[in-house]
Amino acid sequence: MREAMARSETTVRSGIAAGAKPMIQLINVNKWFGALHVLRDVNLTVAERERVVVCGPSGSGKSTMIRCINRLESHQEGQIIVDGIELTDDLKNIDAIRREVGMVFQSFNLFPHLTILENCTLAPIWVRKMPKREAEALAMEYLTRVRIPEQAQKYPGQLSGGQQQRVAIARALCMRPKIMLFDEPTSALDPEMIKEVLDVMVELAESGMTMVVVTHEMGFARTVADRVVFMDRGEVVEVGPPGEFFANPKSERLKTFLSQILGH
Amino acid sequence: MPQDALAADPRYGRTAPRRGLTLSWRDPTMRSIVWQIVIIGLVGFAVWWLVANTMRNLEVRKIATGFGFLSREAGLPIGESMIPYSPADTYARALLVGVLNTLRVSLIGIVLATVLGTLIGIARLSHNWLLARLAGIYVELLRDLPLLLQLLFWYALMQGLPGPRQALNPFGSVFLSNRGIKFPWLVWEEAHTAALLALAAGIAGTVLLARRFTARQMATGQRPRLWPWGLALMVGLPAAVWAAMGAPFTIDAPELRGFNFRGGGTITPEFAALLLGLVLYTAAFIAEIVRAGILAVHTGQWEAAGALGLSRGEQLRLIILPQALRVIIPPMTSQYLNITKNSSLAVAIGYQDIVSIANTTLNQTGQAIEGIAIIMAVYLTISLSISVFMNWYNARIALKER
Amino acid sequence: MTPPPAHTTTAEAIAAADDRVRRPPAMSVGPVGWLRANLFSSWLNTAVTLVLAYLVVSWTLGLISWGVINAIWEVPGSGAQVDTSACRAARGEGACWALIGEKYRFILFGLYPFEEQWRPALVVAIFVALYVVSAMRRFWNRWLGLIWLVALAAIGVLMWGGVFGLRFVEQERWGGLPITLILSTFGIAFAFPLSILVALGRRQTSMPAVRALCVVYIELIRGVPLISLLFMASVMFPLFLPEGMNIDKLLRAQVAIILFAAAYLAEVVRGGLQALPKGQYEAADALGLSYWQKTGFIVLPQALRMVIPPLVNTFIGMFKDTSLVLIIGIFDLLNTAKTSIIEPAWQGFGVEAYLFVAAIYFVFCFAMSKYSQDLESEFNRHRRR
Repeated sequence: MREAMARSETTVRSGIAAGAKPMIQLINVNKWFGALHVLRDVNLTVAERERVVVCGPSGSGKSTMIRCINRLESHQEGQIIVDGIELTDDLKNIDAIRREVGMVFQSFNLFPHLTILENCTLAPIWVRKMPKREAEALAMEYLTRVRIPEQAQKYPGQLSGGQQQRVAIARALCMRPKIMLFDEPTSALDPEMIKEVLDVMVELAESGMTMVVVTHEMGFARTVADRVVFMDRGEVVEVGPPGEFFANPKSERLKTFLSQILGH
Repeated sequence: MPQDALAADPRYGRTAPRRGLTLSWRDPTMRSIVWQIVIIGLVGFAVWWLVANTMRNLEVRKIATGFGFLSREAGLPIGESMIPYSPADTYARALLVGVLNTLRVSLIGIVLATVLGTLIGIARLSHNWLLARLAGIYVELLRDLPLLLQLLFWYALMQGLPGPRQALNPFGSVFLSNRGIKFPWLVWEEAHTAALLALAAGIAGTVLLARRFTARQMATGQRPRLWPWGLALMVGLPAAVWAAMGAPFTIDAPELRGFNFRGGGTITPEFAALLLGLVLYTAAFIAEIVRAGILAVHTGQWEAAGALGLSRGEQLRLIILPQALRVIIPPMTSQYLNITKNSSLAVAIGYQDIVSIANTTLNQTGQAIEGIAIIMAVYLTISLSISVFMNWYNARIALKER
Repeated sequence: MTPPPAHTTTAEAIAAADDRVRRPPAMSVGPVGWLRANLFSSWLNTAVTLVLAYLVVSWTLGLISWGVINAIWEVPGSGAQVDTSACRAARGEGACWALIGEKYRFILFGLYPFEEQWRPALVVAIFVALYVVSAMRRFWNRWLGLIWLVALAAIGVLMWGGVFGLRFVEQERWGGLPITLILSTFGIAFAFPLSILVALGRRQTSMPAVRALCVVYIELIRGVPLISLLFMASVMFPLFLPEGMNIDKLLRAQVAIILFAAAYLAEVVRGGLQALPKGQYEAADALGLSYWQKTGFIVLPQALRMVIPPLVNTFIGMFKDTSLVLIIGIFDLLNTAKTSIIEPAWQGFGVEAYLFVAAIYFVFCFAMSKYSQDLESEFNRHRRR
């Protein structure tokens, strides 16, 4: 499917091109934590091969939103459709979607009792039912792509934060997902390690992966994103291609946010 | 932008909708309901099977169920009792004696084990190498031997003491023999009870006063001296009450008459062995808890408190203890529960606690189910009470800290 | 449970590392400095040291004279014709180790047929080997389960016999150390898996009924003393079963011990489950692992590793608690010791008999306790890094 679609400069840059298949659709999604209304009528469509960056102040619901996409959180109203499958309480659908959606967490969440290689092969072997040898070959391929094949036999505790996050990306890729979600992947890293992780993410974006990235890295948003989404108080306030988004913010809230985040 | 329009949506402040239930194995709610029905069903079936078997067996063996036997005459002799009791009394009263005996040994055990355990725990942290080492050996040795073995050992040691006529006499009129420990005790009169009550009132008064003084310190910055008031309330008041009622004071010393002692207070060998075993065993565990609690408070806390100019006592009282206690209290609670439960080992050396008396009762009457139900009910009540109290205390401490 | 503070100071470390550093005054380093710092730092400290030293020396001397110098090692006669007057004459002055010489086979193996006692002895050896293997990290994999299965089967064959030309020995004749080891080891082997299920059940927020069931089980068992469960096993169990169906007393006590231990272990396991960061569950979910895959590959391996020290402590407690079966008349190690002094000739020598079994209990418990302490300090080191 991916190969079938010709990739031209315009489709990459202009967001949802005519005819591009929607990979993720959020339609009037609402979510509550107890009485707290954390997602309010969120609407968002992400096309295949599109890269969307989500930003917003803390507590704006951006993490909650992407955690809803692979059902780490459940929404209570509205529809979430991923790769043509609607997320409901149906466990079979949830399993199907989780197989297609990879996720990278702020705190890496590598399994500390397994080696790097085992971290990467666990899910392919047990969820994808892949033969062990094949899974290991695949894992080594992705570890090479994130530039740490030599660490395969080590444990997560022996790696630096940046290396761990790159392993986490490789681990998610080993499931050959159609979509990758990133939940503030660089927020827990020391400044000097942020670049090595962002480089891997840029490379991934260039390869045509559909990506939703929650991040505060505005540089990344500018260069990589097809569209940038600004969320505040549980709502999607503004969506637009990065050029427009940063140059002429329309809402007061985004103006304030941008002045705070870019001001210093 | 359409999203901006949503900000003004009138549906703000909505609450979450209720979720429906689909009749499908793929619905998680459905799945958990089915799982629960299966598990509860299996357990319920097992319980039903056991109960049905029991009923049939009771019928075949012609055992009547019910607690009617409690009002029958027990006819079982009890060596030591805190309330008047004779074998002509009912089973219910015999069981009450057992409960009181359990409570007595547990309460005294809890107090003594706490004191001894705290001392040993502190000794383990002593700068004196010999003291710390000996305390360490004590803990390791006592912890690693079964309590029942220790009880039997102490009991064997007590029984190995000479008879009353050759009783050991370490000092005064205290005698150690295989009949127990005999010691002088005053003849109890009403004045003593009154003095004890006065002491309780004095302690309560001192606590109240201390609170009042703290309040005044908060308001004015001045803290009045507490100790003269405390002394007057806790020593002066009981003494005055005792003196006002004629100051009775007669010592009843044990004397050897024939083959045994007459008069004085007695600690039976069974009680002594049980208490000794419980206290020495539990103190080893409490010592470890206390040590861990003290070590858990970072040394920086002492330094910070000192840097603020607090005195050593204030440092301990205001900074260190509240933090250490938070670590100490939960495991301490389980040790107190352990003492109470372990006091049931009394049955092995013949101290008549609730387990021992209930066991005799069920052997005499054949009411096995009721007997065991009584034992369990008593312990569950005690355990629950201690848990509730300690949780309350713990919550208070945790609150104070903030 | 952290190790006591080390006695080497930073100053000593620096001095050792670099000779050019000016050394502190001679009185504050070396053996003399150590003595001053740790035993005689103040007049109070000196007094405590002197008093304790006096007590230790006098008690040690007393113990040596009682246990070695004045002890009676042998008495004339044996069996019913034994003459223990020498022991009686030395009472209070010297120990009667002749009791142990006469009765050690009975204390260790109970009434097991005398000429077959190599079998329980071999069983004890297998148990010890099993413990050692289980303690070695090299064997912490799926083979460990198999090793346990084979060892426990071998133990059953050796104790019962009736196959491979071994004489059949009915269970009523078993006794002593093998009984203690069987009760505690089989207790662990069955209570541990049960406790994991109960601990997992207690954390099922989506299944309130299962959760309530687990809470009731745990709190009920932990609220009552073991002895009440053993009484239940000995007098109520026969009522529970249909007529004609009967299980022997040892098995009934074993069931009570398993149910008891499982409740305590479940709480320990729950502690580990709670300590596991939420991100681990989420990462497993995000990879699409099923509940049991998540539990088996991610949750339990980490949660159990975290609680190994308290688990070992619970095992020690269980090992000691098996001695309570004495009260319902099962011949474990403690009961054989208690019974060994029942003959009139040996009456009154309980202290010697109990010291003998105390030494055996101590060896087992101390080894386990040391192991758990070492593991714990190692884990703490890892965490600090």
